[in-house]
Amino acid sequence: MNDAVANTLNRVVVGAIFTFLWLPILVIFVVSFDTSTFLRFPPEGFTLDAYAEVFSTPAFVSGLWTSLIIAVFATALTLIVSTTAALAFTRYNFRGSGGAQAFFLSPLLVPNIVLGLALLLFFAPLGLTDGYVGLILAHVVLCIPYAVRTIMVSLTTVDASSEDAARVLGASNFVTFRRVTLPLIRPGIIAGGVLAFLVSFDEAIVSLFLSGFAVTPLPVALLDHMETQAGPEVAALSVLLIVFSLGIVLIIERVLGLSKTLRS
Amino acid sequence: MSLAELPTTTPEKPRPRRRISGVWWLIIPGALILLFSYLTPMLWVVRMAFNRFIGGGGIELTFSFDSFSEVFTDPYYLRVAGTTLALGCWVALLTVVVAYPLALFLARTTSKYKALLTMFAIAPMLVSSVARTYGWMVVLGNQGLINTVLDSLGLVDRPIQLSNNFLGVVIALVQIFLPYAVLAMSSGFGRLDTNLEQAAASLGANRITRFVRITLPLTLPGVLTAALLVFVLTISAYVTPRLIGGGRVFVLAAEIYDQATNQLNWPLAAALSMVLIIIFGAAISIYQILQRRVERRMSGL
Repeated sequence: MNDAVANTLNRVVVGAIFTFLWLPILVIFVVSFDTSTFLRFPPEGFTLDAYAEVFSTPAFVSGLWTSLIIAVFATALTLIVSTTAALAFTRYNFRGSGGAQAFFLSPLLVPNIVLGLALLLFFAPLGLTDGYVGLILAHVVLCIPYAVRTIMVSLTTVDASSEDAARVLGASNFVTFRRVTLPLIRPGIIAGGVLAFLVSFDEAIVSLFLSGFAVTPLPVALLDHMETQAGPEVAALSVLLIVFSLGIVLIIERVLGLSKTLRS
Repeated sequence: MSLAELPTTTPEKPRPRRRISGVWWLIIPGALILLFSYLTPMLWVVRMAFNRFIGGGGIELTFSFDSFSEVFTDPYYLRVAGTTLALGCWVALLTVVVAYPLALFLARTTSKYKALLTMFAIAPMLVSSVARTYGWMVVLGNQGLINTVLDSLGLVDRPIQLSNNFLGVVIALVQIFLPYAVLAMSSGFGRLDTNLEQAAASLGANRITRFVRITLPLTLPGVLTAALLVFVLTISAYVTPRLIGGGRVFVLAAEIYDQATNQLNWPLAAALSMVLIIIFGAAISIYQILQRRVERRMSGL
């Protein structure tokens, strides 16, 4: 087999894999503009009805608001506790630092289905299911590992000598953090916040265990809806979610260079 | 040269201890949240597995192995555990096979679009798994994309069954976890040195020998990591088996959810999740044994 044939073959294989990867996503786009209300292919005609239906379905609209509220509070809480913890892990030597770090990163290793069950069994007797407090606390647990890791990377890459300089010049620990460290690690904190927001906004399994009739986040509302019907409105909502996630990532990429922050 | 690059400062050196007791105040807020909504619930679910279910949502606080013996003797639960294991193995194997050429291509390409291509391989990760599962329902359904194309080409008389079964779940999960596998592999492909391959080629090794003797051994650790990651994600997957399985593919995750919320048999749900954790632990042990063996052979080269 000569090189030219091998290279062509290689390209065909890689092309096929890319097609496989993007096929369902492209299909969602096509179906979302379809006039047919059944789950079928190819589409019959072009319409924006499905998008109008998304916004006239009460479960979707209230689900969107619920998800946004949970994601905003979960992200804020995550950033506060993760920034302070990351600061302790990177700027101080103390007994138990390794163990504490492992503890903060460990929720990543637990299957979400088990965590969801555990939270249901523990929160139900406390009356914390089907309410914002329980859902926000659960999402914070899921977001902490991502935020802590991103902010720690940021803290280890910035130059700590300017913090020492501030201290030598008489600044207190708090002033040093507020005026020197915080501005330096801002990209890391924003990247951690974006990750936390996306993790919370997209979380379905843990939310499924903790939500009931009163508080239903969007992914749970979408799953419930798909149990009974799966028409173009599901495709339209999926497209909106895709555009939303990619939009956030692209904005951050333009403003800060997210990939740079994540890679470093 | 900036100040930071001067060799006088050594950031690696352990920094002096300052006010040890104060440090804990930075950790306590997060630790409290994790203690309350993570560690205690996880311990509570372990304890729950040893309680007894007395019907109608009632639970007797006791210490018994009733739920575990139900899981390990009832053929239904054994079959569910078997399906979950089989699904994990098939999806891990196929995802690795599909992701490998892509990861290898991305690691080797000298194209100026390398960053863009990498983004294209990873970006689907950001698309909600509910949305992607829906996309596969449209592609694989009896009136879906594949069956319509096959039908219009006159290749089939009636639709081939690609959804509401095991096969459909496998296809969808392979695509959903593909970006994770590519990421896990690429981070392990750093050791891949094209000079080694060129050296082997100049010494007369053909393409296949080069791949088997050089490329494959060097990339094997990344491949194993990807396989473990995908296996672990698959056995705890809930959304895709439920939607594409169409009520015909029963996995542990779906059974856990059903027992916890519909049957209200919390001890059984807890015992089933212990089974999931055990499979999880077994997979990690096998991974570590294989990884050590690969490392030993590499250092022997």
